[in-house]
Amino acid sequence: MIVGEQKPLEELWESIKDHKKVLVFGCNTCVAVCQQGGNKEAEILASLLRMKATQEGVDMEIQDSGIERQCEHEFFEKTEERVEWADAVLSTACGIGVQFMAEKYPKPIYPGLNTTFLGAVEELGVYTERCQACGQCILAQTGGICPIARCAKRVMNGPCGGSTNGKCEISKDVDCAWQLIVDRLKLLGRMDDYEKLTPIKDWSSDRAGGPRKLVREDVQHDS
Amino acid sequence: MTAKTPSKLEKVLAAGHFAVTSECGPPRGSDPTEIVEKAEIIKDHVDAINITDNQTSVCRTCSLAVCIRLKTMGLEPVLQMVTRDRNRIALQSDILGAAHWDINNILCLSGDHQSFGDSSKGQNVHDLDSMQLLQTVRLMCDEGKFLGGDDIKRPPQMFAGAAANPFADPFEIRVARLAKKVAAGAQFIQTQCIYNLDKFEEWMKGVRDRGLHEKTAIMAGLTPMKSAGMARYMKNRVPGMDVPDEVVKRLADTPKEKQAEEGIKMCIESIQRLKEVEGVRGFHIMAIEWEEKVPGIVEAAGLYPRPEV
Repeated sequence: MIVGEQKPLEELWESIKDHKKVLVFGCNTCVAVCQQGGNKEAEILASLLRMKATQEGVDMEIQDSGIERQCEHEFFEKTEERVEWADAVLSTACGIGVQFMAEKYPKPIYPGLNTTFLGAVEELGVYTERCQACGQCILAQTGGICPIARCAKRVMNGPCGGSTNGKCEISKDVDCAWQLIVDRLKLLGRMDDYEKLTPIKDWSSDRAGGPRKLVREDVQHDS
Repeated sequence: MTAKTPSKLEKVLAAGHFAVTSECGPPRGSDPTEIVEKAEIIKDHVDAINITDNQTSVCRTCSLAVCIRLKTMGLEPVLQMVTRDRNRIALQSDILGAAHWDINNILCLSGDHQSFGDSSKGQNVHDLDSMQLLQTVRLMCDEGKFLGGDDIKRPPQMFAGAAANPFADPFEIRVARLAKKVAAGAQFIQTQCIYNLDKFEEWMKGVRDRGLHEKTAIMAGLTPMKSAGMARYMKNRVPGMDVPDEVVKRLADTPKEKQAEEGIKMCIESIQRLKEVEGVRGFHIMAIEWEEKVPGIVEAAGLYPRPEV
């Protein structure tokens, strides 16, 4: 899922303070899983911002609402009125939702979160990165552990010389991805694969190739 | 064994001598005086001089410029090149830039993470990794091709090397990792600083068991300790470094004013022991900001005079 972290209240206040009618707008799918930016969190954030407005002596009306996903047109239908009412929206979706809303509505849409990464819920309150959406999955070759997302140098033929006691040279709190890969290959009885040189990667399917687009003609509407 | 390139380092190794290299770090400014002095100090005692590439991710004069400086002094540089800061266009371009000046040695590295240096907020590139850079160098030299497939007019002639850390984890793949570097085209290897000689010898045994020492020239890396404090720092703070307790203890038990001398003595003893290890073909002496000690170490270790090739 997409993991996000709410921006500091001060920064959010700076974004919205000159508006009169602000809608704090949650997105209840990905980011809500890490309890940031869901509809419930949007409600809490709206309360905090109301208090802030009172403290600052600013006359401002703040409402909250939310939908399942801010990255799909159909979910917006039920909340059109709320969005129309506002003269600015503080979206607590990931960066995708914020941009998608901005394309739909001719008014300021501010980001409420920092979109942090694509990750997993390791345990309650702990989220860790797993994928960088490089567009060319190599997990079959690396025992199911991604060196692009999980190695600080995205070394394709690792580990580098900085791996110590299973940890990365950047921090004792970060697992060495290549230690994990080696452990996994061992578990799977595939250590022979370790010696296969991973060829130079085609990064054109990654960010390097420009904004990416996927078209599925088979599922497109005729209209 | 005959040399395939004009590299003096390769010729020394091909002739069966122990090779000796050292390294100099470029300045954090544009004044060439100091690096020229450092090179002058060590030039008669080494076969080639590595020029580091923004080591520990601290921004410095580029390795290529300093290699060219050494070349114009009639010396033999080893261009260190990390994959952290350049994509494949820049890497290939700099390799050609080096070849333009007939620089005949290159050491392919991934580079320390940028968080260690003065640019921790910067991007890292890692378009290729160090093994893929090795493959790229060999492709350019041996087949005269760019990665894109086009022909190179007057291909580079480079003796291509890589680093190896016999001590980093996981230890069980350290020999396999060397095998990968050899498969990627490493003609010589300069190892991480060796303080744990027992562990190094264990690694070398694994290397010999697979015949890797016959496919690449392994140069043992050494850095003399200046003090017990430095030993402790290397032990605790430098990633991938294996400094046994007895090394720290021997220095700590030495009076402070004699610790530097003891560090040099330990370095010489290490070289003497490593000379007996089958498959060790030379020594890479990294005297960090201590270049003036290199000639004495080389002489005391019985590696002087350097052969004419």
